[in-house]
This record gives sequence, structure tokens and C-alpha cells, in this order.
Amino acid sequence: MAISLTETAANRVNTFLEQRGKGVGLRLGVKTHGCSGMAYVMEFADEIDEHDTVFDDHGVKLIVDPKSLVYLDGTQMDYTKEGLNEGFKFSNPNESGACGCGESFTV
Amino acid sequence: MALLQISEPGMSTAPHEHRLAIGIDLGTTNSLVASVRSGEASTLADENGEHLLPSVVRYLENGEVIVGTKAQAALGSDLQNTIASAKRFLGRAVSEIKTLAGQLPYDFVETEGSVPQIQTCAGNVTAIEVSSEILKSLKERAENTLGGELKGAVITVPAYFDDAQRQATKDAARLAGLNVYRLLNEPTAAAVAYGLDQKTDVDNKVIAIYDLGGGTFDVSLLRLNKGVFEVLSTGGDSALGGDDFDHVIAEWLLTESQQTATQDEFLLRAAMLEGRRAKEALSDTAEVDVSLGEWQGTFNVEQFNALIQPLVKKTLMACRRAVRDADVAKEDIAEVVMVGGSTRVPYVRQLVGEFFDRPPLVDIDPDKVVAIGAGIQADLLAGNKPDSDLLLLDVIPLSLGLETYGGLVEKVIARNTTIPITRAQEFTTFKDSQTAMTIHVLQGERETVEANRSLAKFALRGIPAMVAGAARIKVTFQVDADGLLSVFAEEESTGVKTSVEVKPSYGLSDSEIEGMIRASMENAKEDVEQRRLREAQVDADRSLEALDSAMAADADVLLSEPEKQLLLDARVELVTAKNSENADTVKNAIKQLEKAAEFYVARRMDSNIQQAMSGHNITEFES
Repeated sequence: MAISLTETAANRVNTFLEQRGKGVGLRLGVKTHGCSGMAYVMEFADEIDEHDTVFDDHGVKLIVDPKSLVYLDGTQMDYTKEGLNEGFKFSNPNESGACGCGESFTV
Repeated sequence: MALLQISEPGMSTAPHEHRLAIGIDLGTTNSLVASVRSGEASTLADENGEHLLPSVVRYLENGEVIVGTKAQAALGSDLQNTIASAKRFLGRAVSEIKTLAGQLPYDFVETEGSVPQIQTCAGNVTAIEVSSEILKSLKERAENTLGGELKGAVITVPAYFDDAQRQATKDAARLAGLNVYRLLNEPTAAAVAYGLDQKTDVDNKVIAIYDLGGGTFDVSLLRLNKGVFEVLSTGGDSALGGDDFDHVIAEWLLTESQQTATQDEFLLRAAMLEGRRAKEALSDTAEVDVSLGEWQGTFNVEQFNALIQPLVKKTLMACRRAVRDADVAKEDIAEVVMVGGSTRVPYVRQLVGEFFDRPPLVDIDPDKVVAIGAGIQADLLAGNKPDSDLLLLDVIPLSLGLETYGGLVEKVIARNTTIPITRAQEFTTFKDSQTAMTIHVLQGERETVEANRSLAKFALRGIPAMVAGAARIKVTFQVDADGLLSVFAEEESTGVKTSVEVKPSYGLSDSEIEGMIRASMENAKEDVEQRRLREAQVDADRSLEALDSAMAADADVLLSEPEKQLLLDARVELVTAKNSENADTVKNAIKQLEKAAEFYVARRMDSNIQQAMSGHNITEFES
């Protein structure tokens, strides 16, 4: 079981955390929502729950709750630019389909 | 798949429901847009990596509209159809821009309405339309960058913008298809960018915002009180900026190269450009090679500092005035925030630091700091922060009030009250059977109508005929979060009502506002005297009115001729005293008249009681 992120993504996360001035890491998860079933959740984490799994990659703590971990296992996170837009991108091997907009997915 | 941003804990949004919000610094020369992504506030760049969008709009004959750098490039070739500095006419009336128009290349159209129009090859355009093109361009940039539709925007305006200018800014935003969360004062936005609204050790302390742009200088003193910024004073110079720095270097270059007598426009322009280049280079190095035509030389920091010293000193004098106007000590100032590209000049930072006796805040790019503050505020208003109860509030810069009898102003909402606010006050009729009342809305700090600024005048009609003082007229002032005013008047017993959306007589410059506030302080004593006098005069009128109506009713029945004469003499005394311009004299005369009329009042009372009882049996009154 593992979740990872690229160095670019790690650098961005660390910068954002530093600017925010607090937080222990990044919480990743999935929510049942959206037009195609599920949506990713990405939030600053101020605390780690006892049931959480923590992955350490490139100096960033990725915190995942047990329910989400099933859907996220093997995911790699990257930070990319598309035109003027920039942000985090998930490569999730569990994903079998996404809606047209790409904001939600099914497994 | 879509690109994601990091949210605050528990604040994740569902797909397609991202609360995308932007802050816009709509500037006279340049405009910017900023947003908070993954918790980080930053300005957004266009496809060329440029953050600043020149506030220039060019209209082409085929109806095409060009905004920004490309439009700016046409300023030399297609001046009449290329509009720059539209912010200067936003919310101004034709009459007010006449003075400006003389120096401007545009053809202003004489229109029926109060909004001035500029003639271009694509038709007539207003400053609102020009500004909306700038906003549209920034909105598009933001949507491309953030990858979705915007929920709302915060747009900054100078602290001295009046109702009309604020309304015009909102109209421009609406025209651009933006949902305006609110307008935010520029100095407040700068303070927010540095997070000063969140710092507890700054609470209740004074913050100075030193804003030196290309062509203007503004200084604002704010006091932070539990997350609310109160504008204590503003000041500045609308004709002093970094361009003047270029100018003094240009003059130096012309002198050194012995070309002072030149009329050659090309050479003069080259001198200005070289001046600017030298200025910018000296922010990082101590000496720079300069040239003008054939001439070559060097220019160093000491020379530069000596040249600009008088200009910087001028800004510090405005700072000194602002500190004095705010009635604070320099030691009370907790932070100094630097805004505007010209604050990059190290000597400016040094002198400002020495003046306020503390290093100014310079970490955030001074060109971007206002937009960044607006972006942070927009993010908060969009609901992306968990503790979003911490809403930043603004205050009204000048008191709002009503004209009352005697040409006095009754303040309904005091200056520096936080907005939004609704405040109601009751007024009454002055004369018997008065059926209409003029509601005259005024802005300013002085005690008399003529010393304040008239915003609107409207009439409440259909007041039922009653004795003076019986009608209850409730006048409600409502100022929304953007500082825009609505006034409602209602006679409470009958429910007759009327309202006005204030169409302010446009335009007050910051120096005028500053002047108005200063005048109220300087004339405070005189104003109080004036108010006492006017009040005494109103009392005198009331006494005269009462005496006249009483004598008209029953003088012939109740008074002998000598008694009548006695009262009439006292009446003449009071009329003379009323015109004496001395409150005490008037008050005395009122007392004299009241004393003289005592017996008459008593006699009238007796007579009234007798009349009331006549025809009744005494026992009826005992039960």
C-alpha cells in the first residue's frame, strides 16, 4: 500500500504549508460526490487521526483515512500547468472512468 | 482530469462547486487580479507572464476592443480612440471633468445625462464601459487560470472615493459580468495582504499605508479594532509620483549633456526613458552608466538621492499632516506598509523608515500588494476559510446627516462608523398644519448646511395636518457594505413614505475630503458657536410663532391695550436680538419675552380651563 507524489508536487506542498504557517501535512481522501461517483479531497491537515495511514514522501506527510485508502492505493500526485491553469493532478490506477470534466471518477 | 487545489481542513468543495473568487486592483495606470490557490494568495499572470495589465483600452472601427499592453502601444498613434486613466473620470459629472478635459486628448460629448461620454470611432463610451473592458479582460484571465467560473470578486477603490465613484465601479463590474462581493479600500487591502487584520499585537494600533505610485502619492492612517479598519486620516499629493523621479533625472541628463535648451521632443522623451532606466537600475547597484544622444556619463546613488530628496521630503510632509489629522503620536504607529512601484527606491524606504522610526513592510511586491489583499478578502467572502466570521469591515469616510430647521445639520451616521449600517432618527414638523417636509441629505463634518456637501434633496408629502411637533417622521439612512447610501422617510402615524437612492452630486477628490475633515477640526469652536446661535434663533422663531398664534386667537379678549403693547415691545426686542449673531443675546431676549408673557400664559390657561369646564357640572370632574 502506498501513495506517492513527485518532487515538483512535494515542493509546492511544502511551500503552501510554510506560507500557511501551520499544519502537519496533506490530507488526501475521496468523497462520494460528483457526476461520476467520487471526488478527490485534498486539504491541509492540522492533526493526524489514530486510524489514519501516513505516507512520507519527499519530506511531505500524506495522510489518508482507512476508507479512502482503498480507492487511493497506488496513486501518484503531480503538480502541473495546463495553459494558464496550474494545480495538482492524481494518477490513480484504481480509476476506471472519469466524467467529462474529470472532476469525479469511478473505480 | 481537472487540476486540484488544496483546501482548508473540512472546506473541500464538491466537483463543479468550487468557490473561485478573485480580488481586483483596478488602477489608474495598471490593473491586477489575484486569487488564493492552495492557501497561497498571488497575482495571476497572462499568457506572456505579465501580471500588470495596463489600464488602457483601444476601440477599433470594426467594433473590436483591445485592452492592455497592445492598447498602450497605440497611445502614440491613435490617441483619440485609446483611453487611458479612465479611473479618473469614473463617477464624475461632465461639469467636474471639464477642468480635467482641457489636458486630455479625448473628445468629450455633451450629453443630457450626467455621465460624460468620450467619442471614439466605435461610438461613444463612458468611463464605466472603459473600466468594464479592463475588468472583463482580468476576469477572462482569472477564469482561464483558475479553470472555472468565478463566484465573486472584491474590487479595490481609493479610500477617498465617494458614493458616485463607488457606484460607478460596481456598475463597471456588473457590466463585465462580475459578481461583486464588495468594494474594499486600497489601503485596507494592503494591510490585509500583510495579515495585519489577523495580528493580535497590532489590534487597536495605528497602521500607516504609504502609497507612492507612478503619478500619485497617498498616505492613509488606519486603526485596527477587532478586525475592523477605521480610516483615521488620508492625505497625499495627486501630482507627485515616481514619474517625477524620472523627470528630475532627465533634467540632470539634459544639463550634464548641455542640451537644456532643446525643444526636440524625441530627445526629451529619450531623456525621460533613460531617467527611468537609471532609477530602476539604482535600486540594485550604486552606479549606472547613462547616455543621452552622443553624450555618455555615469550616475550614482548619491546623485540620485540628492535629486529626489525634495520630492520624498514632500511626501513626508503629507505624512506628518496625516499623523496630525489622525490625532495620534508617531509612536502609536505599529506598522508602515509600502505600496506602489516607487517604494522600491531604497532611499524612499530609508527616509520613510526614519520618519516613522521603524522599518516599513516591503516583503510583498508593492505593485501587487493591494490586489493580493483583495484576493485574500475575496477568498474569505467566498467561504473558503473555516473562520469566515472574521469579516473585514470598512467605515464611512465622512458623516452623513440631514438639514434641520435653521440651516443646521443633524448627523445621522457619524464618520468612521463601520458599514454596512442602518440608522433611523425621528424628526417632527416645525409649524402647525405642515403637510410636507424637505429631506436634505448632507455629507461632511461641519455644523451648518452651507459648510457641508449636499448629496440629495427630496420631499415627503401628504403629512396629515397636525400641530407643530406632533408628526413623527422617521428618516432611515442605510449604507451598504460598499458605502452606498439609501435614505427612506416615513410619517409613522399615517405610513406615508418616500425614499431616495442617493444620486450624489458627483466627485470629491481626496484632498477635498481631507480639506473637509480638516476644516471641521479647525472650525470646531466656531462651529459650536454657530450651532448655539442657530439653535437660539430656532428657539426664538418658535417663541415668536407661539406668541403670534396665541395673540391672533385671543389677545383681543384677554389683553388690555397697554398689555398688548408690552408684549409687542418684547416681541420687537426678540426680533432685533435674533439678528444680533450672538447666541447669548438671543437666549436672553427669549427669556425676557417669556417673562413678559407669563401673565398672559397664565390667563390663557385659566380661560382654557373655564372654556373646557363650561357647560359641565363640577362633579363630572371629580369622578
